[in-house]
Amino acid sequence: MSKLTPVLSAHWDERDSHTLAGYQRHGGYNAMKKALAMDPDAVIQMVKDSGLRGRGGAGFPTGNKWGFIPQGDNKDHYLVVNADESEPGTCKDTPLLMANPHVLVEGVIISSYAIRAKHAFIYIRGEVTHVTRRMLQAIEDAYKAGFLGKNILGKGFDLELTLHIGAGAYICGEETALLDSLEGFRGQPRLRPPFPAIAGLYARPTVVNNVESIASVPAIIDKGAEWFASLGTEKSKGFTLFSLSGHVNNPGQFEAPLGITLRELLELAGGVRTGHRLKFWTPGGSSTPIFTDAHLDTPLDYESVSAAGSMLGTKALQIFDETTCVLRAVLRWTEFYKHESCGKCTPCREGTWWLVQILRDLENGKGSEADLAKLLDICDNLLGRSFCALGDGAASPIMSSIMYFRDEYIAHLTNGGCPFDPVASTLFASSKAGA
Amino acid sequence: MQPQTDLITLIIDGFEITVPKGTLVIRAAEQLGIQIPRFCDHPLLSPVGACRQCLVDIEINGRAFPKPQASCTIPVENGMVVKTQLTSEVAHKAQEGVMEFLLVNHPLDCPVCDKGGECPLQNQAMTNGRGESRFEGKKRTFEKPLHISSQVLLDRERCILCARCTRFSKEIAGDPFIDMGERGALQQVAIYEKDPFDSYFSGNTVQICPVGALTGAAYRFRSRPFDLVSTPSVCEHCASGCSLRTDVRRNKTLRRLAGNDPEVNEEWNCDKGRWAFQYTMAKDRITTPLIRENGVLREASWPEAIAAATKGLQGKKAGVLVGGRTTVEDAYAYAKFARVALGTNDVDFRSRPHSDEEREFLAAFVAGSKVRYSDIDVADHVVLVGFEPEEESPIVFLRIRKQVSKRGLAVTAISSWNTRGFKKLGAKYVGVVPGSEANAISALTLTNQSVIVVGERLSESTGALSAVAEIASKSGAKIAWVPRRAGERGALEAGAIGNLLPGARPVADAAARVDVAAAWSVDSLPATIGLDSKAILAAAAKGEIQALVVGGVDPFDMHDPDFAGLDSAFLLSLEMRPSAITERADVVLPVASVVEKSGSFMSWEGRTRTFEQALPESVYQSDLYLLSLIADSLGAPLGFNTVRGAAREFGTLANWDGARTTFSRKSTSASATTTVLASWRQLLDNGSLQINEPNLSGTARKAVARINAKFAQSLGVADGDLVTVSTDHGALSLNVEISDVVDNVVWLPRNAVASQSLRMLGALNGAEVKVRKGL
Amino acid sequence: MANTPQTFDANFLSRLDAIIARYPRSRSAIMPMLHLVQAREGYVTAEGIEVIAEKLDLTTAEVHAVASFYTQYRRTPAGEYHVGVCTNTLCAIMGGDEIFAGLKDHLGIENNERTADGKVSLEHIECNAACDYAPVVMVNWEFFDNQTVESAKTLVDDLRAGKKPAPTRGPDSVPTFKEASEVLAGFNDGRANEGVQAGEPTLLGLKIAKGERK
Repeated sequence: MSKLTPVLSAHWDERDSHTLAGYQRHGGYNAMKKALAMDPDAVIQMVKDSGLRGRGGAGFPTGNKWGFIPQGDNKDHYLVVNADESEPGTCKDTPLLMANPHVLVEGVIISSYAIRAKHAFIYIRGEVTHVTRRMLQAIEDAYKAGFLGKNILGKGFDLELTLHIGAGAYICGEETALLDSLEGFRGQPRLRPPFPAIAGLYARPTVVNNVESIASVPAIIDKGAEWFASLGTEKSKGFTLFSLSGHVNNPGQFEAPLGITLRELLELAGGVRTGHRLKFWTPGGSSTPIFTDAHLDTPLDYESVSAAGSMLGTKALQIFDETTCVLRAVLRWTEFYKHESCGKCTPCREGTWWLVQILRDLENGKGSEADLAKLLDICDNLLGRSFCALGDGAASPIMSSIMYFRDEYIAHLTNGGCPFDPVASTLFASSKAGA
Repeated sequence: MQPQTDLITLIIDGFEITVPKGTLVIRAAEQLGIQIPRFCDHPLLSPVGACRQCLVDIEINGRAFPKPQASCTIPVENGMVVKTQLTSEVAHKAQEGVMEFLLVNHPLDCPVCDKGGECPLQNQAMTNGRGESRFEGKKRTFEKPLHISSQVLLDRERCILCARCTRFSKEIAGDPFIDMGERGALQQVAIYEKDPFDSYFSGNTVQICPVGALTGAAYRFRSRPFDLVSTPSVCEHCASGCSLRTDVRRNKTLRRLAGNDPEVNEEWNCDKGRWAFQYTMAKDRITTPLIRENGVLREASWPEAIAAATKGLQGKKAGVLVGGRTTVEDAYAYAKFARVALGTNDVDFRSRPHSDEEREFLAAFVAGSKVRYSDIDVADHVVLVGFEPEEESPIVFLRIRKQVSKRGLAVTAISSWNTRGFKKLGAKYVGVVPGSEANAISALTLTNQSVIVVGERLSESTGALSAVAEIASKSGAKIAWVPRRAGERGALEAGAIGNLLPGARPVADAAARVDVAAAWSVDSLPATIGLDSKAILAAAAKGEIQALVVGGVDPFDMHDPDFAGLDSAFLLSLEMRPSAITERADVVLPVASVVEKSGSFMSWEGRTRTFEQALPESVYQSDLYLLSLIADSLGAPLGFNTVRGAAREFGTLANWDGARTTFSRKSTSASATTTVLASWRQLLDNGSLQINEPNLSGTARKAVARINAKFAQSLGVADGDLVTVSTDHGALSLNVEISDVVDNVVWLPRNAVASQSLRMLGALNGAEVKVRKGL
Repeated sequence: MANTPQTFDANFLSRLDAIIARYPRSRSAIMPMLHLVQAREGYVTAEGIEVIAEKLDLTTAEVHAVASFYTQYRRTPAGEYHVGVCTNTLCAIMGGDEIFAGLKDHLGIENNERTADGKVSLEHIECNAACDYAPVVMVNWEFFDNQTVESAKTLVDDLRAGKKPAPTRGPDSVPTFKEASEVLAGFNDGRANEGVQAGEPTLLGLKIAKGERK
């Protein structure tokens, strides 16, 4: 008996799981009916009681976030769903929405009802055409079914839902940049305070939540806060999607309670690529400091991962075996941050520009050991000095990789270049090996 | 009454300080004399926290922020303890780190950069940066400067992306013609390639740029800051009253910058004020006195010219025409010269369209009034009538816009064309046919917190000023009269007008005359109310006036001026450059421009704006000095021959506490059923103080004829087609731009090169015109 | 301001209005409007920027500022099939670098260039949220999973030959760049029900939980 707890993914194996009929066959939209019969504050309380924490990376308690919205203020409120999944390694919301967009629509209806929003937005990244189609279709079908629009289910609740499609900017996953982007500006982060709960979209009280957070709401309403809270650990409650990718025999999505370990997940994924061993991995995407095989038994919950020096993030477990050059991996991530830096603040904009050049030189065997100290000092000047967390994300892989693999950096210098064969780490190499 | 302000006490670097709630940490530190380095921060722009240079360590009630905070974005709180770079190693290292980052992509071209020597980046890198950069890599490179307008150049390599310029353009000017483009390290300030940065306020971005990324074409590579001698000065271009700084090198004006006067222009000015000063160095400046002999002007010595002027004026009935650009002291001299030396009240500063209704209005409601910019700040409603603030007094525009942005100030614009400027103020537009403004004014609901801003051209709409007077007295609303020219308000106060003596003393009031006569040590003053400019010329044409003293007037600025009067009378001209007056003058005396003399202007507020002589080695004399010589020669001395002397004497006359003139209401007579003209001057045009400024004039609005779509359809013309506007007097042809103009009205620029409606059509606002398609 | 371009037909203009109607404030419409411009023009043209500025009462500089911020808005025409090879760390290491190099060589074009026949443009892209299907190639932002150098070459050959291969997870045949851009402008093309609901890796955990796989 595995630890797996398929809830969100429970019916993804049915051919029509993405349709309204497929969703309703298993009780889809019943939670909405239940919620709309409740007092909105009771819905907020239920989500608070469940202990659901934001699944987008920061892990902020979802119910508390909703509770910050001032009620009775005679202002428009907005719900904005962050479906801009772009963090390297993160691949959970995209398959979720492809397989079951309706669970998000239902979650949006319940959540909007709770915070008294009459217009909700889903900000989806622009690089996933088919997911966009399914989202558009699901919203259309929900309108036709009377779940969206005026006077939903005759309860006097009105809700418009607009799908907003991005156009390629990682920074728009940052909630205030997302709001600026949704308002039609360059997606650059805003000053906080004011926080979105007070002045968010169009300067109105706004909740911004990740796809998975909102998609988890119907199950909480349906099965109860206690049921949800009974899963997971004391402070990290519930189930979630863990995404394993890279050098594992069977990559994929695993829905399990928080607190499961990589060792357990690897076992489910058929282990590290046959004939190879784990070298390093990310617990929650490229912005989270890397782990090594020393962390196989770290419980994957917010507290434990943090205590071990990284962050749970998006639970994007990218697995790299010993054929992988850590410097190559880190350089590529750094190039990503340079490409995605919005340009607003100095440390991130200039720091990533500089870091890439030093790392490239090191990869080519140019430089000296002193450059490692310089790299770390630049990271120190970047980490916590930039406007938003993108700068922190850029520093994390460099700092953590030097901590664990300093010798490998030096080896590039003594070797006069990268000592690794890049072909050895490709999928083709492994399929050849397997054949 | 000032609202009670909550105070906050905090500690910065060990020093306790108490400041008003809402103060940013960086400003509280300034008050202690602690300079936290910064780039994106600007006190008049909204905080952005982008450059990260001002990071400090902060704790509140013992709880420390986990990382350094940008002091330009954090308001003070009670119990806050701030440690700047002076007391915190973390803050110091953070700032050094940011400075090093800023220099990663900054070129090392300080030796050839205009900003070198006055560059915040250079200065702060020296005081707060590391001695040497550890960056050994490749800097990003861009094509060297882009012309983002004919006046402003952008060197993207030097830009540190502080976004001051883009924030200014959007927040303050309302002209987001520049914005950030691209992303990350390739982010750059950008225009859209087809639409240049043609904002009237673009020069401010050059001034607030903390590096040499934005430069003005006119000043580029001309000087080093340390070679310049700076003089505080005042703008002579309009009545806004901007404080300026004039920078001179080797007796030549090289540039002018906006001065910082929080009560007036804050730290801004318009591009005309900044970049139009070549006229003082024009090659055709009149440099010596001239005397007409056998029909030809010849150079003369000063004594010869003064003698000729004296002879020409002696014993004649004379009139005085004063241009709208004289300083207060010069205007005072003209006013006194007319009364004391020429024995007449026939003096008028209004060398532009004017009316008796206006003169009465000015005497009754404007002279001596004290409506201020600060009244706009607290107004509940601002009404604009006969006035387009962005074109006709740009700092008034910025001040109104500030209040619109800050607190949603209600603005109503009574006009015939809903301009972009009005739209930027979110103004409620009341479209009227020129001539019928009075009805729209009377229909307003105002309070004693309202301000009615009246432009000088409202005089062209009979009854409109009367309607303003009436609604103001009924509601208690304040009247702000904003003339276009810098000298008009001062000239009004100085008594350079036929119905007032200095200090708003009515000519018709015997006590006022006695008062002034006593101050001037003369037996009496003429008691007849004087003629206005137009009537003076008409009287000259009829021989009733035989001599004219004309200072800085272009007759083509007037409506249908009587040139016969100029031809027949003895004509004494005090002037800088040749004009239609010079062509007819009998004696010409060259005078000093504003940089060659000291003095003061009075802004539309009635605020005295004193300036010093910027060019010390001038050969030119002020008008008042020359008038004093002639007055002496005529045996009627003015009693002063210096600016200080004139100012001191005028000062003693400034406060009249006697009765004001009364105002008799004129009724409106608008009945436009035909096509009528609407027309005013735009900021950048064919004005005589804008000559030799090709870069500046490149940013002027295109001269077009504006009609609405309905009118265009009836004429069978589309956007861009040529139309001809004509009167019995003449015709002019322009391309059409379909605009939000009221029915049956065609709007034309009054003084564009291709569209001088007064001169070419002889038509005022509300005049009947004909419009046809094509030439 | 540049004058309104006359090049757009009433249908296009009314679709711009339909986009504006989705939002409480018009400026929010700028991104889908840019996608719609790409659906018509194949990239963001000057006329496209100008018509958006006109419709939203913005300056052209403001529209340009937005258009140049997001990488999906192209300054040059995309191929009929815009091929993106993920070369972010995980895909790169799993073979994305080899695939990208192989395609450049095979097509004879560099990053962000287009083949002479206008059929295919090539770009290396960042993480596309399909890491469990690495290495991934996107065609007009449809998923072609678990690619090899050879499969990717075959893919582009098919695209150039006018065959419309089916994405691994997507509609039954790959749309053109303009067709896909229309979807990204928020206009449903009615093809949501085509293709699988999920790929095998997506279902792996579920199947293990149900005992269908080990």
